[in-house]
Formats: sequence, structure tokens, C-alpha cells
Amino acid sequence: MIFQQIINGLMLGATYSLVAIGYTLIFGVLGILHFAHGEVLMVGAFMGLYIIVWSGLPLYIALPLAMLATGVLGVLIDLLAIRPLRKDFHLAPLLSTIGVTIILQNLAVKFFGGFGTRFPDVIGATNYQMGSFFINSVNILILGISLFLMIGLYFFIAKTKIGKGMRAVSESHLIAGYLGVNVDWIVLITFGIASALAGAAGVMIGLSFHAISPFIGLTFALKGLVVMLLGGLGNVAGAMIGGLILGLAEVLSIVILPTEINLQDIFSFGIMILILIFKPTGLFGTRFPQG
Amino acid sequence: MDYLISVITIAGIHIIMALSFYLPFMTGQISLGQAGFMSIGAYAASVCSVKFGLPYVPAVLIGGVCAAVVGFILGLPALRIKGIYLLLLTLGFGEIVRVVFINIDYIGAAAGFPGIPYQEHTLLYAYGVVLILIVLLNRLRKSRMGRAFQAVGSDENAAEVIGVNITAVKLIAFSSGAFIAGIGGGIFAHYQEYIEPLMFDVMHAVEFIVFTIFGGIQIFWGPIFGAFVLTLVPEFLRVIQGWRMELYGALLIIMMIVRPQGIVSLDSVQSIENAIRRMFGNSTAAVLSSGQPEGK
Amino acid sequence: MILEIKNIIKYFNGFCALTNVELEVQENTLHAIIGPNGAGKTTLFNLISGMYAATQGEIAFRNLSINGLKPHQRAKLGISRTFQIVRLFGQMSVLENVMLGSHCKTRAGLLRTFFRVSLKELEEEKNTRQNAMRWLEFVGIAHKADQIAVNLPHAEQRLVEIARALSQDPDLLLFDEPAAGMNPKETEDLESLIVKVNQMGKTVLLIEHNMDLVMGISHVISVLNFGAKIAEGKPSEIQENPDVVEAYLGKKR
Repeated sequence: MIFQQIINGLMLGATYSLVAIGYTLIFGVLGILHFAHGEVLMVGAFMGLYIIVWSGLPLYIALPLAMLATGVLGVLIDLLAIRPLRKDFHLAPLLSTIGVTIILQNLAVKFFGGFGTRFPDVIGATNYQMGSFFINSVNILILGISLFLMIGLYFFIAKTKIGKGMRAVSESHLIAGYLGVNVDWIVLITFGIASALAGAAGVMIGLSFHAISPFIGLTFALKGLVVMLLGGLGNVAGAMIGGLILGLAEVLSIVILPTEINLQDIFSFGIMILILIFKPTGLFGTRFPQG
Repeated sequence: MDYLISVITIAGIHIIMALSFYLPFMTGQISLGQAGFMSIGAYAASVCSVKFGLPYVPAVLIGGVCAAVVGFILGLPALRIKGIYLLLLTLGFGEIVRVVFINIDYIGAAAGFPGIPYQEHTLLYAYGVVLILIVLLNRLRKSRMGRAFQAVGSDENAAEVIGVNITAVKLIAFSSGAFIAGIGGGIFAHYQEYIEPLMFDVMHAVEFIVFTIFGGIQIFWGPIFGAFVLTLVPEFLRVIQGWRMELYGALLIIMMIVRPQGIVSLDSVQSIENAIRRMFGNSTAAVLSSGQPEGK
Repeated sequence: MILEIKNIIKYFNGFCALTNVELEVQENTLHAIIGPNGAGKTTLFNLISGMYAATQGEIAFRNLSINGLKPHQRAKLGISRTFQIVRLFGQMSVLENVMLGSHCKTRAGLLRTFFRVSLKELEEEKNTRQNAMRWLEFVGIAHKADQIAVNLPHAEQRLVEIARALSQDPDLLLFDEPAAGMNPKETEDLESLIVKVNQMGKTVLLIEHNMDLVMGISHVISVLNFGAKIAEGKPSEIQENPDVVEAYLGKKR
């Protein structure tokens, strides 16, 4: 029973990690909190939904397409709402992304309706038995894809030229610029990648929860933020591990706490507040991945 | 006509809320929790009215005090936390308050708290509070504490070295902001006659920030202007009614790109004050700028 | 002896910025602290003004240990400073910046501001303003009192900062590289200003890289290198000191 919950927790955690990685990537490279990241996730979920429903394409095509769509959205957000900002007002990017959030969420309610929508069961959910536990093919898929994406990203940052650019920019925009890095371009790519990951997370969420709504943006945004704080701002590996920790903690807390108290929602907030007060640098410190 | 009055009343409440955000903002503390403080004030005031039969003014005041107390408690850890971290802390706070209230049956839980006695003179009370706040904030502007507030907001470490007790200043600003938000909540509750936790969610907290950022961050007239205009204009442009939130969002983005300091700037207010001085003579202007003529 | 620094050690995350620094500053002196970049001079100032706490050691002001005191408490005791990079409150006027110096000496709190209990508050405000104008005249930029601080040229901003520090009515002034970024004429004016301040009875601790300035006006010079004090004495002694020369220019090859 516990093992089952652990699997669930890891699966949930993996989606949290995917969201958090996007946040922490943008924070690490740009130094800003991308408030609208959760909404991008939500758009990704709906993109995935509609692609599958309308075109009947299988998941392994629909997912990358959804990721592409959200990646483009991320790039647009950078071009329209971030790049034109003046550099002197340090609150400007945050407030601007809050603006984007408001726009995206309200548009989503208009287009997709204010209620939950059922996400199609694209994968026949087969249960595999391992000993006395059941593990679901959906679980495996989600965990697998999430891990694949995360590890891929980590190597991308650590080993590729663009990744090197990202690392340079995360240290200092100014100096990276002097060294010949095209900062604007790196920022653009970062937004694109982070948003694509959010899109993937959105589709995963649709798959695992079987239903999505225009409001999941805020919920997962907040979870993602907590994980980002937990893992350390800018720390990609920390975000990965932090997500798993939060997922596990949330699932196990339902098991442990009495059911009358509906504390799950604020559980993550409580953690966030505790981190902010006692260890704002997170469990693993705020270092961007090194080469 | 009734419709106009109701819109103006809500605008008044929004002004109070924008100012509740502005006070801690002056000291560099950006709070997404003002909606949370508003709800504490709203619920506390309503409990006083409905369950204990207290008259309007004491009930609203108690609401404010409750919010202030919570504000003080939250303000303590907030002292060491800056920028986005504080934003997240206050965001978390607001959400926790909302979820807590959803789970308390005594005040109606998710179904809400009905039956709050309607205050027909809400317009007067709301703008009465606004007027008081204007006078107080104007006095603050040209005073020792006002300068201290601004200094802390500008560069708190330098301010501390100069001799400003930044801990005290930040706490006072934060708790006062919470108090004002609580008052706003109490007034709101007695106008709506019914409140529920969803009325005080993150999006509303964001709205108050939008009012201030749009209106102008350099002086307290900014939030007043922003709250008033952004409440009224959508009501009169029916065509954009349904798109109000999207427009707020676009407005935020555009303001950040084009005019991050907001519409109302310090210069414009000072020019207006100078103009009034020229028209009506020194004494009127003196009254306006809290008893001290701006000598050169 | 107005300031005593006893065995100060300061670590930043494993990096040792100051090792066993000992300093005695005599009242009314103009005491300079020099040394190559990174020697720990600004760190020392930050410890004195209370922005950091020392890892070990004690700082005593007029024989009173100020180790636990917060910056604003030290300001109240009579310690003020200017910063290596000018830190004015940019959006406030020059006059308002300087008026803030009086903050630690005045008392009007929020309630008194709101409720005008007595005429004392207005009186205090007037005094604060007059005091500020006086110091602005002293440094020579009273004519810019109403301008927004950030709009002033650099050298004038520095003067505002000095006026602000003076309006705190301090006994000990810490000047951190005040001549940085100034042209020769401005530096000359600054030099006479600092001497004037010292002659008013105030003790001045000065960090500077401009050797002409330092040698010209200091009574005592302490030299720091790599976080330790390597020499101390009168300007003439310091100029001759081989350790000092080596610290700045490197070993003779």
C-alpha cells in the first residue's frame, strides 16, 4: 500500500519537477520570476487535449506538438512582454508576467469554458503487477518521459554550446555579453525550452488526472514555485529532486493526516512559508548547473 | 443613478485596498496578501455584526484591528525577506487564509457568510475613510517618518546606516497596510451583505497591485487615481466589460514597457499643487501640503 | 581614543577578509586607511557601521563595546559614513536626503505625525530643515536643495552624501573613497572640505586611493593588505615603509 503511494508520489512529483525546472531555468538565466509559467502549462495541457481529440494523433506525436506550441508561446511572451522592458525597474518583469497570467487565464476561460474538461485516455491503462503492488502504464510513461526530459535538459545545459551560453548568462548578463554571447538569443531559447517543458508537464497532468481546467495554471504554478524554492532558485537539479520530494510529501500527507482536514492544498504553502523563513536558499543552494 | 452610486462605492473600497497595498510598498515590501487581510477584516467585522450584534463602526474597526494583528505577526518574518521571496510569502499567506476560511463552518465555510446587515451609507463611510487616509498620507509625505518610509523603500541598508530603525518602519508599514485592508474588508462585507472566501483570492490581490502600478507609484495619489479609474472605466465601456481582466493584464504589460512609474508622477502632483498655490494663495496650499509652505 | 578595533577577524563563507586587525583611532584625528584593492578596507568600514557582524573580535566606541548594536543604533551614538559608491535615496530631493540625517536625533513618530499633538513636531521639522540647509551650505550645494538627487552630477552627489553624514551630528565620520571619480579641481575642494570637517572637532576615518590627498591631510595612516594591518604611522613614515611599497607595487624583481 505504501509502495503504491510512493509510486503515486513520485509520479506527481515528476510533474512538479517538470514545472519547477522551467521556473528555475528562467530564474537562473534571467533573474526573474516568470509568473505566467503555470498558465503556459495550462495552455500546453489544452493543446495536447485538442491535438489528440481533433487529429487522433498518438501521444508520441501529440506530446512533441504540444511542446512545440507552448515553446512558441514562451518565445512570444519573451518578445512581447519581457524584452521591451526597461532594465531599471526591477519589478517590471514580474509585474509584466503577472499581466500575461491574467490575460492567458481569462482567455482560456473564454475559449475552454470555466469547467473541467475530460482528458482523453490516450494510453490504455494497463496494470502491471510487481510482487504485490500494481504499477500503472500511465505511471511508467509519465515517470519515464519526465525523467528523460529532465536528464536531457541537464546534459543540454552542461554539455552544449547553447547550454554554456545559458550558464554564462546566468552568472552575468553583462559579462556574457562582453564575451560574445548573444544574450537576447539565449534568453529567447531559455524561454522556449522552459515553456516547452511546461507544455509537457501540462499534458502529463492531463494524463494522470484525467481532467484539466483553465485554473490548473495557478495551482501548478504555486506548486512549481514551492519546488523551486525547495530546490534552490536557479538550481535545476534541485528542482528535479525537490519536485519528487514535494510529490511524495503531499501523497504521504494524505495518508497520514485525518481526512476531515482538507489540508493538502495549503500543505505546499506551509512548506513554502517555512522555507522562506528558515532557508530561503533552498535545500540545495542556488547554483545554476555547472559544466 | 443607483448603478452609478454602487460603482462609485466599490471604487471607494478599491481605493482603500490600493492604499493598503501602497503603504508597505513605500517601504519596499510588495504584498500579494492584502486580499487575505481584507478577508480577515471582512469576516471579523461580519462575525461582530451578525453573531454579536455590534454596531457598524465598532465592527469594522475590530475587523481592521484583527487584520492588523495578523499583519504584525506575518510582518515579523517578512522583515528578513525581500523582493520576490516576500511576494511568494504573502501569496502563500493569502491562499492559506482562503483555504482556512473555506474550512471553518462557523463562518459558513465554502458556502459563504450571508445575512450581513446592509450599510446604506457605505458610500459615505468608504469615502470618509479615503479622505482620512488622504489627510494622513499627505502629512506623512512631508514628515520625518515619511522620509524614513521612502528611504527604506529606496535603499534600506543605507537607511539603516543613516539611523533609521528599518525594522520598526517596515513593521509599522506592513501592519498599517493590513489594518487598512481589514477596514476595507469590513466596509465591503457590510455592503455586499454576503461574503465567501473566493471573493478574496489571489486575483483580487493582484487587482489591487494593478491599481497602484497603473495609477502611479511615486505618490499616494497614484493608487487613488488607479483604483478609481480602473473601477469606473470598465463599467462605462460596456463593450469591454467581459474583457476587463484581459485588459488589466495588457495594461500591466504596457505600463511596464512604456511608463513603469505609473500615470500619476510626483512631478505632476507637485505642478498641480503649485498651480493651486498660485491661484488661491499660500494659505490654501499650506493646508494642502500639511501646514508647511514649500519654501525655496 | 574614540574608536578601538580589537582583534577583528571576518570570514565570508570560508574566505578570510580580515585577520586580527587592531586599530586605535584617536579623537579629533584625521586617520587614513589605505591599501591595495581587496585589502579589506570597506569590509572594515562595514563592520564599524554595523552592516556586518565580525566573526571574532570587538569594536569599541568611546570604550563602549558596540558589537551587538544595529547600524541605526550606532548612528545614534555618533558614527556616520559615506559609501564607496554613492548611496543617496535617488528619487528624493537633495534636501530630503540630508534631512534624513537628522532622523536618529529626532523623535516624531507616526502618531505624532498624524495627530499633531503639539507644536513640537512642527518645530522639530523646521529645525531639521534648517539643519539640513546649513550642512548643504557648508558643502557648497545649497542652491541645489530641491533637485532630485539622482539628477546631480557625481561629484555633487558625493557632496550631498557628505552633508547627509554631517547632519547626523556625528563624532566619528567614515569616508569611503570620497574622491573616487572626481577631477582634480573637485578633489582639491573635497580635500579642504574634509580638513574643515576635522577642524570642527570631528574624527575622520578616511579610505582613499588618492595618495596625494591622503599624504597631504592625514595625521595617521594605517595600511591594510590581504586583510591584515601591515603598517601604521605618520604619512612620512608610511611613504618610506618598504612593506607598503611592496604591497602596492609588488616585490622588487
